[in-house]
Formats: sequence, structure tokens, C-alpha cells
Amino acid sequence: MVGFQHYLALSGILFGLGFYTALSKRNAIVVLMGIEVMFNAVNVAVVAIAKYLLPFSLAGSVASGGEPAYQFLLTGQVFAIFVIAVAAAEVALGLGIVLAIYRARETVDVSQFTLMKE
Amino acid sequence: MSPSELFLLSPEISVALLGGVILLLDLAVKRKGYLAAAALVGLLVPAGFSVGLLIRVGSESTGQLTGVFDTLFIDRFAIYFKFLILAATALVIAASVDYRARLGRFQGEYYGLILFSASGMMLLAAGAELITLFVALELATLPLVALAAFLRDARSTESGLKFLVLSAVSSALLLYGMAFTFGVAGSTWLRDIGQVLSGASQETGAPFGSYALMLGIALMVAGFGFKIASVPFQMWVPDVYEGSPTPVTAYLSVASKAAGFAVLLRVFYVALGSADLRVEWGTLFAVLSVLSMSVGNLVAIAQSNIKRMLAYSTVAHAGYLLVGVAAVARAGPSDSLGPSGVLFYLATYTLTNLTAFFVIIAIVNKTGSEVIEDFAGMGRRAPWLALALAISMVSLIGVPPTGGFIGKVYIFSAAVRHDLAWLALAGVINSVVSVYYYMRVVRALYVLPSASQERVPSSLPLRWALGITAIGTVFLGLLPTHLLRFAQEAARILTS
Repeated sequence: MVGFQHYLALSGILFGLGFYTALSKRNAIVVLMGIEVMFNAVNVAVVAIAKYLLPFSLAGSVASGGEPAYQFLLTGQVFAIFVIAVAAAEVALGLGIVLAIYRARETVDVSQFTLMKE
Repeated sequence: MSPSELFLLSPEISVALLGGVILLLDLAVKRKGYLAAAALVGLLVPAGFSVGLLIRVGSESTGQLTGVFDTLFIDRFAIYFKFLILAATALVIAASVDYRARLGRFQGEYYGLILFSASGMMLLAAGAELITLFVALELATLPLVALAAFLRDARSTESGLKFLVLSAVSSALLLYGMAFTFGVAGSTWLRDIGQVLSGASQETGAPFGSYALMLGIALMVAGFGFKIASVPFQMWVPDVYEGSPTPVTAYLSVASKAAGFAVLLRVFYVALGSADLRVEWGTLFAVLSVLSMSVGNLVAIAQSNIKRMLAYSTVAHAGYLLVGVAAVARAGPSDSLGPSGVLFYLATYTLTNLTAFFVIIAIVNKTGSEVIEDFAGMGRRAPWLALALAISMVSLIGVPPTGGFIGKVYIFSAAVRHDLAWLALAGVINSVVSVYYYMRVVRALYVLPSASQERVPSSLPLRWALGITAIGTVFLGLLPTHLLRFAQEAARILTS
């Protein structure tokens, strides 16, 4: 039976893989892919939390402003949707900069971007 | 959402709209000089709305309004940062006029991006909920990334890519931290999180009460640490500062940092402010503070490029500011000495650092070199610019009669009052070390001989902006009372 721990473990593994990719790969496009994986690891975590944990923690009713609790059951999913939108903006900007850097340098190898080292 | 709630959001909305208007205006006008003027005049609108909100909040007994589905706090704390960010934005826009030649035909986009980023920063200081804070953070950061790469030459794009990758990684860390905190508390509203965490028993023996919460807090510290340029998350700072257009560097070093500290104070005080948690993250910030000032100061000594030197100096100043945050942690429920010190220090730091960067814009425009020794002889070639730069360096060291002095005294006395005398001592020792590299700039200005005797030209808007920041720096050193009182009132919201 797949439960909360499995989702959380999946999210942790994805996050670790993304982090490793973002910091160790030499191709700028692959670095951006690593970042994307990190964001999606977060999405897995928040949606799992919303599905498995939220109904219990809301039983004590800490809902803000005294509104009915069912609205807050969706917080995790809403969180994920915002993360997806922001990640898309991030990647669009990233690809734009990679394109500009390719025009200036004719390479996307991040290990060669050392103009400003002392 | 009712019209009255729209009023609560009006400063941010009007700044973002102004950005759009500037973009459209760029298509219509031939003389691009009007764009900066239009942006400056337009910024009076959000400033007016902020004054209106200040009056509205003043009539409230709690001093705080929440609105837009409870995702925003409107209080003196948020309004203090609205004014700070609006002022920094206006000054940077005025000083950008001298940089116009290098922006080419994309001036509308340039001013537009600055304004979009400003609206994100203002939201960041007002956010009352984690998702809102995340979106505001990205709204503040992404335009700055585009601005860092704006020149589209090899250096600028390189700094843009480094900024983008590291800021994206840090936002992912921050998000993961928010996810864990959300999981522990069951809510993304800062106040709810605060209630749940102070009610939960902390008897599990794990640090911070539970390992999940500890992981969440550690990851959030990493995310915010990037934003405020604290060690060990400072590695992006020197390269991005050096490669970005100078007005963007100036903007990044003050507005972005101020917004970062605003959100840091808000999240840690409102959501994680229960007494036993405070002791834990207070110690964490004290350690980061010592590391930041030591690393920043020691590496700054070795720099020859002035923008790079100021980049490490900003890391050191993040350390001084974190002294105030660490003192927050040990404060009693109604003691706001630490946070009000941070608020005041941010205002003086904004004026001081903008002064330095504005002078650099003017001088580098003429000489084309950012090497400190090439500022030689400016005491004679450009007496007023040199004087302003000297004032700024003196204020960065923290010598009277400048705002930097008052800020440091205030923040260090908060540390002493909260049994963190060792931290204040570390701060003082670091200030002494910093004398060396700041005075090197002053020495270049007045002592070193220069080959050329040519005057350094500067535009009228830049001179005005520079006058305001330089005089403001000295003014805050002589008459800090009014701003201090505003800062104290603003910080009281966090502790009440």
C-alpha cells in the first residue's frame, strides 16, 4: 500500500537528484532541468501533505478568520499550482538568458563562465 | 474582494501599473529621457496611497489590518518598507539617467522591470501567508535577474545566469522548507502557524520540537539567507554585483536586501516566534552573523574592483544586520529593540550604499575603469563626487557624524542588552577591520596622484539623487530621532 511516507520519500529523492543536477552539471540547459525537478519535488510534497496530513491538523480548526475548514483542505493543491506557474516563468527567463549567453559566447558550458574570478 | 480591500493593495497595484504604462509609453515617445521623468512622477501615486494607508492604520486600535483573503498585513512595518523601497526605486531611476547610453533602445523595459521588481518587494514586506510570500519573492527576483543580464554582453549575461541558477536553487530550498513547515503546522498562514507551534508541546527532545520543523526552518534560513546575502549563501554576490549594470547593482544591494530582511523578520517573528523556538533560531542567526561579517570583511580586503569590494562589504553588512535579528530572538514579548535596530540600519544602509554606487556610475562613465586605484585624483577632478563617496565610506565604517554610526550603535546595544555581548564585540572588531578597505578608497580619492586632470561630468538627475542620499546619510547621523521613532513603532507590531 502506497502511503504518505512513500510520497515524502519520492519527493526527497527527486529533490536530491535535482539539487545534484543543478550544482554539478556543465550544460546550462541541464542545470535548468535540475531546478525544474527540484520545484516538482516540492509539488509532490505539498500535495501529499494536503491529502494525508491536512484533514487531521484541521480537526483542531485553526482556520484563519473563522471560515469553514474545507477551503483550507485545498491549500496544498493551490500551493502546487502557484509553484508550477512560477517555475514556468523561471525557466522562460532562464532559456532567454541561455540564448543571450550563447550569442555572446557560442557555448553553454557553465564551467567556462569564469570571466569574473579573482 | 471589495473596493476597500483594493485600497489595501493600492501601492503595489499602482507600482505594477506604472511599470506597464512606462512600457507602453516607450512605444509612443521618441525622446527616451521622458521615461525616467514619467516614472519618477508616477511613483508619487503609490507614495500617496502609502500615506493614505498609514493614516488608515493609525486609526486602527491594533495598528494592523489584514486583507485580500487575509494574505496581507497592512501595518506600520509593511508601510515602513513600502516607503523605503519606493525611495530606493525613485533614486535608482534618477541615477540611471547617466547610464542611458549603455541601455540602448530598451529603456522602457529597463524602467518597467525595476518597477515590477519594486511591487514584488513591497508585497514581500506585507505578505501574511507562505504562498503569497513565495510569489512575491519571485516577482521581486525574476525582474532583477533580467536586469542583471540586461546589457547582453558576455559579463552581464554571465552574471544573469549565475543569479538565475542560484536564486532558483535557493527558492526551491525555501519552498521545500515552507512545505515542511506547512506539513507540521497544517496551515500556510503565518499567524496560524505561530498559534499551532506555540501550542504544540516541545517535549519530543528533537531540536526545534520536531525534526520535520527543524528541517523546514533550516531550509527557509537557506532561502532567505540567499536573499539577504548572508554567509554561507553569499557565493552569487560578487559575480552578480560586478557583472550587472551599476544602477541595477545599487538597486540589488539595497532594495532587495531590505525586502529580504522584512520577510525574514516577519516569518520568524510571527510564525516561529514562540519562546523556545526563538532561542534556537536566535543562536543560529548569531552564528551566521559572525560568519557573514568575518568572511565579508576579510575577503573585501583583497579586492581591487570597487563593485566587487562593495559586494563583499554588503555580505559584511548582512552580518551586522543579523546581529539585530539574533537580538530579536532573545527579546521579551514587548521588547522591539532588535528589530527596530534592523529597520533603522536598513534605512541608513540604503542611503549610504546608494551614495557610493551613484558616484561609481558617474566616475566609471568617464574613466571606464572600476579598479579602486583608478579613482585616484578624483578629490581634485570631481570634488563633490569625491566628497559624497568619502561620506559614504565613512558611514559604511560607522564613524560619526553619519547614519551608519547611529545604526551600528543601536544594533550593537540591542545585542548587549540581550546577553549577546560577544556578538556585539565581534561586530566592533569587524568594523575596525573594515576601516582598512574603506579607507583605501578615500586614500585613492585624495592622496594618490592621477595622470589626467579632466573634470568628471554628471547629469542633473544624478546630482540630485546623489545630493539627497549624501545629505540624508549625514542627516540621519545628526538627527536620527524621527526615523528611529517610526522604526520603533513599526517594529512594535512584530512583538505585540
